[in-house]
Amino acid sequence: MASGNTNADDAYVRFEKVQKSYDGEILVVKDLNLNIAKGEFVTMLGPSGSGKTTCLMMLAGFEPATNGEIYIGDRSINHIPPHKRGIGMVFQNYALFPHMSIGENLSFPLEVRKMNKADSEKAVKRALDMVQMGDFINRRPAQLSGGQQQRIALARALVFEPELVLMDEPLGALDKQLRERMQYEIKHIHENLGVTVVYVTHDQSEALTMSDRIAVFNDGVIQQLSSAENLYEQPQNAFVAQFIGENNELNGVVEKIKRNTCTVRLADGTKVKAEKVNVDNVGDKTLLSLRPERVEIDPPEKMDAHLDGKIEELIYLGDHIRVRINVAGNDEFIAKVRNRGDKRELNEGQSINIGWAATDCKALDA
Amino acid sequence: MTDSTNVTDNGSSSLASKAVDERLVTSDGVPLKQKLAITTRRLRWRAFVLTIPLVLFLIFSFVVPIGQMLFRSVHNTAGTDVAPNFAAAIQKWDGEGLPSEEVFALFAEDIQASHKRREIGKTPGKLGTRVNYEFPGSLSLIKSSARKFKKIKEGPYKEAILALDKRWSNPVLWRTLKRVTRDYTPSFYFAALDMKYDADENLVAADDIYQIYVSNFWKTLRLSAIITFLCFLLAFPVAYLLSTLPLATSNLLMILVLLPFWTSLLVRTTAWIAILQSKGIINNILVFIGIISDENRVQLIYNQTGTIIAMVHILLPFMILPLYSVMKTIPPSYMRAARSMGATPFTAFRRVYFPQTLPGIAAGTLLVFILAIGYYITPALVGGADGVLISNLIANHIQKTLNWSLGAALGTILLVTVMVLYWLYNKLVGIDKLSFG
Ligand SMILES: Nc1ncnc2c1ncn2[C@@H]1O[C@H](COP(=O)(O)OP(=O)(O)OP(=O)(O)O)[C@@H](O)[C@H]1O
Ligand SMILES: [Mg+2]
Repeated sequence: MASGNTNADDAYVRFEKVQKSYDGEILVVKDLNLNIAKGEFVTMLGPSGSGKTTCLMMLAGFEPATNGEIYIGDRSINHIPPHKRGIGMVFQNYALFPHMSIGENLSFPLEVRKMNKADSEKAVKRALDMVQMGDFINRRPAQLSGGQQQRIALARALVFEPELVLMDEPLGALDKQLRERMQYEIKHIHENLGVTVVYVTHDQSEALTMSDRIAVFNDGVIQQLSSAENLYEQPQNAFVAQFIGENNELNGVVEKIKRNTCTVRLADGTKVKAEKVNVDNVGDKTLLSLRPERVEIDPPEKMDAHLDGKIEELIYLGDHIRVRINVAGNDEFIAKVRNRGDKRELNEGQSINIGWAATDCKALDA
Repeated sequence: MTDSTNVTDNGSSSLASKAVDERLVTSDGVPLKQKLAITTRRLRWRAFVLTIPLVLFLIFSFVVPIGQMLFRSVHNTAGTDVAPNFAAAIQKWDGEGLPSEEVFALFAEDIQASHKRREIGKTPGKLGTRVNYEFPGSLSLIKSSARKFKKIKEGPYKEAILALDKRWSNPVLWRTLKRVTRDYTPSFYFAALDMKYDADENLVAADDIYQIYVSNFWKTLRLSAIITFLCFLLAFPVAYLLSTLPLATSNLLMILVLLPFWTSLLVRTTAWIAILQSKGIINNILVFIGIISDENRVQLIYNQTGTIIAMVHILLPFMILPLYSVMKTIPPSYMRAARSMGATPFTAFRRVYFPQTLPGIAAGTLLVFILAIGYYITPALVGGADGVLISNLIANHIQKTLNWSLGAALGTILLVTVMVLYWLYNKLVGIDKLSFG
């Protein structure tokens, strides 16, 4: 899937200038514009309270948008009640009806659609087989483990073949291992069925694993909407750089701008080269963002930037070694060194030189 | 299937653990089960000791009085208290014709002795009252005869007594005397069920004007059912509102719901009198608006309507609270899930929300119904003649007619009715499913 915003013409779900306020004082969603293509898996990722659930609820019809329009296909759905939107939903607490068996839970959406019994039974069986829960049709939700309930909730959201499925932190209650397996399963189901999925999470590895595109939310605004790779490699602003993946930060002032690169003077006076992302003028404050694995320790050749530092701490992690370095007055600077087995001589307290390529260091808004 | 969280295969593991049980010992060699029993016994003892005050209180305030009531409903010693020798002798009589001279003699002696003693609870009148329950008119006969018996100095007593009053020659009276001088008798239950003995000692339905208890039981059940149903209708929306409103607002509303609990029952009931009476607020408003004319004021109180209105008001919180406590635990995501799957708001409510409130409904209806069935004060104050419940009749026997045995029999029937209903309810709903909040 291409990165960047899908253009409005082939969008299936479209948020247009959507705003939302609960109390008339604070906008929890500010000017949301989002186009989602048919069959796409889009994740809304962001810290707690950033407005992800609110967006989902507006799409599902449980919260009215205060301003703006939401379209599905070419229909504005602002005034369509939830039960007529035909959207499947998976809730964080699963919301399986406790007084119904698994079979009854799954046939509920078919029943309210007045599907005949034979077809309904077939569809229920198919959906249960899809999540490998065919044997549990007569159980009650309370008799299932969390992971099993999760599968049933997924099957129930899909059994009536909606074209759009919303999931609000569906794996939030599961342990790490189960969560990872379910991530792949959901991903595969999405690929097999071709449904459009809008997924909410605040777990970034989950978002990176599953999504075609990720919308990074903060403070009611989409900070960046892009593929996982793009978010990591080309963060558009400091929030995204900090939120996605591990990140070293260095504060400085822009000295010189030359096309896509700029020279930045750090707090201790050293000058380094970095890629210009969203700084515009010489003299602006900037935040340099550098991934730990892109830092070279004692580089053999000359690189775009060099700094001297002192090793504060070494943490052995098997496949790599984390090196905490005091650089330019920042003693939280991390470098990851691959463990090649060549017994590199690194010791705590040792003075070293670090370097990086200008394209790996992003000059972002401070 | 590659599911590590599979919960189905616990059959084999429980089998395995059973085999191991026998061999489990603690590190000092005591079998594990025995050791466990010792430690848990100590805990149980402590728990038991802590509950002793409550247990004692319950025994004296609950078990003993109820036991007494059960006992009193079948035990009445009026006969043996007043005329012990006669009571023993007449039991040997076969009931044909009149008793023998010997029985008459003991009767005269016992009554004379009792008349002379004038000991409270052992006067001839006491026996007269007891006989009178089953043979109307005998109280005055026995009282007047008791005064005249002292003129009879010697036998034959039979002739002398028969000469005193011709009513003494009625064999039915003597058969009744034989029946009521037994200490243990089921006859108060028969009376409570509107039955009596006819002249030939057969159980028959009581005369129409004495048919009061059974119909009152039915009325009590019917009114309780109506009250429970009305409470449910009124409480459900309120509880729903309470459970969905923001906390600050719902707390305020909850205070309004609980307010009646902080007001005296009498105050609340008399407030209804002020509102409902024929010169009361409601009638005045209706007349003022012109819906009814001044002559045709509606009788809203001192009848069943009054009882229903006042009791619905008083019992409403007992319905609201369990409903509220259940509704509060139903997350809104259930309704949302149902709606997202295509259910209309009504279908979602009927199929998803309502069934989950059933434990609260069950608890609320049980609570209100059982409270209503034994309610006393409110019907006594606003029920008039028509709106009184069985408990008012029981109170009447305990306080006014002093026929405690009949009151006890009625009370026992009420108790058994409630227990049968509870049992039925348990069969149908399952007490473990109730949620009182
Ligand atoms: N029903 C509501 N009434 C008032 N404010 C609300 C309501 N629901 C959410 N908010 C507020 O709106 C903001 C966004 O909430 P939202 O639930 O969308 O966050 P979120 O991104 O889903 O967070 P999380 O990751 O914690 O689920 C929060 O500040 C929250 O306090
Ligand atoms: Mg949320």
